[in-house]
Amino acid sequence: MKSSNQNALSIASLAKTYDNNFKALKGIDLEVSQGDFFALLGPNGAGKSTTIGVICSLVRKSSGTVKVFGIDIDEDFSAAKQYVGVVPQEFNFNQFEKPIDILITQAGYYGIPVPIATERAEKYLKQLGLWEKHNVPSRSLSGGMKRRLMIARALIHEPQLLVLDEPTAGVDIELRRSMWTFLEEINRQGTTIILTTHYLEEAERLCRNIAIIDKGNIVQNTSIKNLIKQLNKETFILDIKEEIKSCPVVSGYPIILTDSHTLEVAVDKNKSLNQLFSMLSEQGIEIVSMRNKANRLEELFIDMVEKNLDKNEGGQDE
Amino acid sequence: MNNQQQWIAFSTIVRREIRRFMRIWPQTLVPPVITMALYFVIFGKLVGSRIGDMSSLPYIQFVAPGLIMMSVITNSYSNVVSSFFGSKFQSNIEELLVSPTPNWIILVGYVVGGMARGLGIGFIVTVLSLYFADFSLNSLPVTIGIVLMTSLMFSLAGLINAIFASSFDDISIIPTFVLTPLIYLGGVFYSIEMLSGFWQTLSMFNPILYMVNAFRYGMVGITDINIMASFAMVGLFSTILFFFALWLLENGSRLRN
Repeated sequence: MKSSNQNALSIASLAKTYDNNFKALKGIDLEVSQGDFFALLGPNGAGKSTTIGVICSLVRKSSGTVKVFGIDIDEDFSAAKQYVGVVPQEFNFNQFEKPIDILITQAGYYGIPVPIATERAEKYLKQLGLWEKHNVPSRSLSGGMKRRLMIARALIHEPQLLVLDEPTAGVDIELRRSMWTFLEEINRQGTTIILTTHYLEEAERLCRNIAIIDKGNIVQNTSIKNLIKQLNKETFILDIKEEIKSCPVVSGYPIILTDSHTLEVAVDKNKSLNQLFSMLSEQGIEIVSMRNKANRLEELFIDMVEKNLDKNEGGQDE
Repeated sequence: MNNQQQWIAFSTIVRREIRRFMRIWPQTLVPPVITMALYFVIFGKLVGSRIGDMSSLPYIQFVAPGLIMMSVITNSYSNVVSSFFGSKFQSNIEELLVSPTPNWIILVGYVVGGMARGLGIGFIVTVLSLYFADFSLNSLPVTIGIVLMTSLMFSLAGLINAIFASSFDDISIIPTFVLTPLIYLGGVFYSIEMLSGFWQTLSMFNPILYMVNAFRYGMVGITDINIMASFAMVGLFSTILFFFALWLLENGSRLRN
């Protein structure tokens, strides 16, 4: 049974080869501590959804072990499933049913009596701003509402591990931020959360630890802080006040003139922005605003995935 | 899951299934009743009055038990096949697969849902038949026993069809090309005593013949088949189908990647 010092999730040597011989997972190891907010990042087809599929029993693993709060899914999957709530990538509820019925039915599958299920359904629908729509057919909900309905459904049995597969895909920024606040709150209350996302800003904002998966292998598994430390260089976009015709030259700072009012500057971690600004100022260039070209994590992510690609291509040549 | 949780999971599936066919009643409840009413009018009254007696019974009395059984069979089958395949198609079967509900509860839940519709329609058609024919029930246990077992068997068959199906065509092939011919050649409209030796022997391989005759015996007291053989046949088929369906769910190859 579950004890307080166990990991929420322990994956060892997990491999999955599909019937068409595609190796989606090539023996990955992953540990997620209780109470963590964990990001699983990777490009399309990297193995994120397969990993989630194995955890929640929608994908049958080829080999390896998966333990949820210390319970081996091969030994007692039914007990392990009680701990897990899943928000899949695609809408997978009956669009003809009402949100309240979807939630009460889902609770029933976990053996929760109707009166308790009804109470919880009302609580989560209210928390996620769906209560006004609890009695309308789900197909009439907007995309964002459908996403929130899937989160409410995943929480109805009050799981201790919540797995979200790109929960904010296609959701507008305002709604995304309100969902972040909600997820942060349930994490604060003790629910371990594993999140896959394409929005690296989302991972940086929400998660404490991260694993990057690519081509069925974990290429990085560390804390977000450690990962950011690995960032050697950041690229900034500078908007300048007066139009310029030629690209300024500043020693130690490679600059590209993208248009007559915009500069792109790559700044090494050990270099100062103050120095850059003063040297540009000396050349009569006045900066009016500055922003990152890409999310910091995104730069690292692209770098790691590209390195993994080079490594694989090198391996194929041998 | 403990016993109480399993009971809740089971009743949830059954409730959801009943809610589904009640919600779409113009598709699920009305058409079979209209079809059967037409059968009663045409075969029972219009054509039946010219046919005269069949196995020493007025034709309407002979044909009515078969028509009731026909509606039980088709509705039990089609409820499970369409509901389960619909869940697969929309992926909401995943709601059940990720839950701790055991496979045998999923199986029994869907089957009981199918039986609820099959027996419900059967009851409505029986009430309808009373308008066209007079019955004095011959054996209540035989009537209830065989109709329950038949509904069970075809609900199981519908589930198996749905597990194998990968398109909407796949869920209409069996009802169209297997079920309908077996029903029409299963003694619903005629007694197999009318057939020559070879065709009589061939008919004995049709499981629906056993069900229709047992039900007819229960209602009006005549049969072409030994009643115990009928129960044995339906019981055997149901047991085989139950374990095959359970194996398919446990194996999961058609539901999980």
